[in-house]
Amino acid sequence: MASEAGPLFGAYGIVKRFGAFTANDHIDLEIRAGEIHALLGENGAGKSTLMKILYGLLEPTEGVVTHRGETVRLGSPEAARRLGIGMVFQHFSLCENLTVAENIALVMERGLSRADLARRIAALGDTYGLHLEPDRPVWSLSAGERQRIEIVRCLLQDPKLVILDEPTSVLTPGEAEVLFTVLERLRDEGRALLYISHRLDEVRRLCARATILRAGKVVGACDPRAESAASLAAMMVGEEVREVAAAPGAAAGPERLRLDRLSLPAPRLHATALRDITLAIRGGEILGIAGIAGNGQAELFAALSGETTVPAEAVRIDGEPAGHLGINARRRLGAAFVPEERNGHAAAPGLSLSDNIVLSRHATAPLTRFGLVRRAAARALAASVSTAFDVRKAGPDPAAGTLSGGNLQKFVVGREILAEPGLLVVDQPTWGVDAAAAARIRQALIDLAARGSAVLVISQDLDELFEIAGRIAVLHGGSLSPPVARAETSREAVGLLMGGAGTSSETAHAA
Amino acid sequence: MSLDLIQMVLATVLAAATPLVIAALGELVTERAGVLNLGVEGMMVCGAAIGFAAAVESGSTLVGALAGIGAGMALSALFGLLTVGLAANQVASGLALTILGLGLSGLVGAGYVGLKREPAPHLHLPVLSDLPGIGRLVFGQDGFVYAGIALAIGVSWFLWRTRGGLILRAIGDDHTATHSLGLSVRGVRFLAVLFGGACAGLAGAYLSLAYTPFWAPAMTAGRGWIALALVVFASWRPARVVGGAILFGGATVLQLHAQASGIGLPGQLLSALPYLATILALVLLSLGRRRGGSQAPAALGRDFTPHR
Repeated sequence: MASEAGPLFGAYGIVKRFGAFTANDHIDLEIRAGEIHALLGENGAGKSTLMKILYGLLEPTEGVVTHRGETVRLGSPEAARRLGIGMVFQHFSLCENLTVAENIALVMERGLSRADLARRIAALGDTYGLHLEPDRPVWSLSAGERQRIEIVRCLLQDPKLVILDEPTSVLTPGEAEVLFTVLERLRDEGRALLYISHRLDEVRRLCARATILRAGKVVGACDPRAESAASLAAMMVGEEVREVAAAPGAAAGPERLRLDRLSLPAPRLHATALRDITLAIRGGEILGIAGIAGNGQAELFAALSGETTVPAEAVRIDGEPAGHLGINARRRLGAAFVPEERNGHAAAPGLSLSDNIVLSRHATAPLTRFGLVRRAAARALAASVSTAFDVRKAGPDPAAGTLSGGNLQKFVVGREILAEPGLLVVDQPTWGVDAAAAARIRQALIDLAARGSAVLVISQDLDELFEIAGRIAVLHGGSLSPPVARAETSREAVGLLMGGAGTSSETAHAA
Repeated sequence: MSLDLIQMVLATVLAAATPLVIAALGELVTERAGVLNLGVEGMMVCGAAIGFAAAVESGSTLVGALAGIGAGMALSALFGLLTVGLAANQVASGLALTILGLGLSGLVGAGYVGLKREPAPHLHLPVLSDLPGIGRLVFGQDGFVYAGIALAIGVSWFLWRTRGGLILRAIGDDHTATHSLGLSVRGVRFLAVLFGGACAGLAGAYLSLAYTPFWAPAMTAGRGWIALALVVFASWRPARVVGGAILFGGATVLQLHAQASGIGLPGQLLSALPYLATILALVLLSLGRRRGGSQAPAALGRDFTPHR
C-alpha cells in the first residue's frame, strides 16, 4: 500500500504528565493509511497513555494530534470516533450483564432501531467472518467472542484508524489466526491500524513499521520484518535481554509432588471438572502444563494449592498425603504457590508489600510473635525480595496495587522463591509481563529447580514452556496428557493436544 | 362480600402501595446507575414535612407535591455531590442523609404538627367514576396514584426501550468500560440520584397530603427502608417493584382488618406481617432464577474517579 502525500494521523510532541510522573515525553508518531503500525514497549513505557490520548480518553499536557495534516482536538472518545478512530481494548470495555447488541448500541448513532442494528451486525459478520449472536449476554461468552464484539463495534463505525491494545493476549492460537486474517484484510481495505503488542513474532509477521517506546520516549523506529525478535526486544529494553540459561534436563531428585487420579467436579457453572489427573514431579525438574485458558487450569491450581481440598491420597507432597490439607498446612510441608491473578489473588492491592509478605508467609516464616505481626521482620523480608528480584517501586513499602504488572509479578514470585520451597506451583508466571521481567522470572524458576526444588509451571505461553520446562503435559477439558520430554515433542504436537488432539477444528499455532 | 366492599379494600391496598412504588422506582433508577442511596427514608420524610408545609402555606396540593419533590431533590443533590462528585462512601453518606432528613423534617414541620388539611382531591369523572364495581378503583383515585402508575410504566420504558436507559444500565454495570467509551459516568449518575430524590420526595408528600393528610414527626415510619428492600428483592425490575409494593399494601390492609376483628394474635405480630410477607415472596421469586451473570447492577455502590 503506497502511502499518500502525508500521514493519515500524526501525533507530534505529545507530553502527558500525571503529577511529577511523565508518562509520555515528546512523542512523535505518524500513521499512514493501509499500514499496520506497531507500537512496542515494555509495561510502563507509555503505550497505553499514548493510545488513550489518540482515543480522546486523556488530554495531552502538550503536543498536537493531526488528521490529514490538520490539527484536531480529541476532547472525547466520541470526537475521536467522529474522526474515524476506533479502539479495541485489551481488557474489553464491555458490560457483562448487557447483551451483545446492547453493548454495541452504546456507541452507535441515536435513533438506530434494534432490527437495523441486528442487520448491520449480521452483515458485518458475513463480510469479515465475525459472527455474533446479538441477544447473548456478554458474561456467557468466551474471551475470543468478547473480542469479536469489540472489533465489530469498532468496525461498525467504519473507522479509518483502528487501535488494538494487546489483542492476542487472551486469545487461543486459533482465535489469533482468525484475528490476523481480519487485520490483514482491514489493512488491504486501506485502513490504518495501530497494533500494540509485546509478542514480537506477531509484530514481525503483521507490521511493516514499528515505533518503539521506552520510559515515555520514542527510542527507535524500524521495519520489524527486517529485525529479529531479539533485536526488537533489545530496543524495547535498552539492553540485550539476557538469554535464559538452559533448563535442567531430566531430574534425579526425590519425588516432590505426586497426583494420583485427582478428580474434582466442576465447582461452578462454566467451570471445568478435573478428570483422573496423575502426575509425578521430582526435585530438580520443571514440569510445564500447557493448555488454552478455561481447560481446568484454575481448578487444578486450586486443588494443588489447597484452596480446594480433595481426598488425602490424591495429592502427595514429599510423600505425605496432602489432599485434605489447607493452604497453610501444605506450605508447612515445603510447598509454595503463585496464582495467576496478581491483583486480588496473589496480592491484596490495597495492602503494603510487607503486609502482603505476611499474608503468604506467616505460616512458614517467623513473622509473628504471640499472634502479633513483627512489622520490622516483614518489612525486612519485603525489602530483601525487592532487592533480589529488582522490584522497582515508589517508596520503601508502597501498596501492592501501585506497582506495575511486571514489578508486582516479580514480587509475588520472589516472595515464594525466597522461601526456598521444595515444591513451587506457579500459574501463568509471566502473563502480561514485559520481556526483561519475564526473563528474570524464568531464570529464577530455573535456578530454583537447579537447587533441587520441583517446579510446576501452568502456562498458556508455549514459547515459555519450551524455554524452561524439562517435560510438558497438556491440560484439555480437565484431563492431563502424559508428560513428554521437551526434546521429544514439538510446538505443533503440543498445539494439537491443546486443541483436543485434533478432535477440535481449532488449528494449532505454528510458531 | 359485596362488589363495593371488595372495591373499597382494593382501593386501600392501592393507596398503601403507592408511596412504596414511587419511592422504590426512584431508588431503582439510582441503583441501576450504580449508586446506592440509603437516604430514601430521610428524603421521603423531608418531602412529607416540606410538602405539607408548602401546601398549608399556599393552599394548593400541587404546590405541596412540587415542594416535596424539590425537597427530595435538594437532599439527593447533596448526596450526589458527596458520593458521585467527591467519591465519598455511599453507605455512610446515605445513612447520614437519613438522619439529616429526619432531623430537618422535624425542624421544618414543628409549626405544623396538629394542623389538618383536606386530602388531595380524587378524580371524579361523570359516569365512569360511578361505574359499579370498578368505577372508583380505576377512575376515582387521587393524582398521586396515577402518577405512580405513570412512573412505573415510564421507568420500564425508559430503562429497556431508550438509549438513555441503556446508557444508564451500562454505567451501573461497569463504569470503567463505559467511561472508556466516552460516556459521562458521573453526569448520568448524578441525574439518576436526583431522579431518585425527586421520587422519594414525591412519595413523602403523598403521605402527608393524601394518605394521612397531616404532618407528624417521622411519619414515614420506615417506608423508605421498605422501598429500599423492595428494590433489592425485586431484583431491580420495575414490574416486580410494583408487584411487591401491592403485596405489601395488601398485607398491611389485611392485618388492619385482622386486628380490628380481634383474631387473637398479638398486634405486634400482625403489624410485622406485611414486612414478612413481602420479604418472603420476593426472596422466593429471586431464588427461582439462579443463573450466570449478576442480577444486581455490577458496579452498585462502587465509586468512580476518572483520570483526565
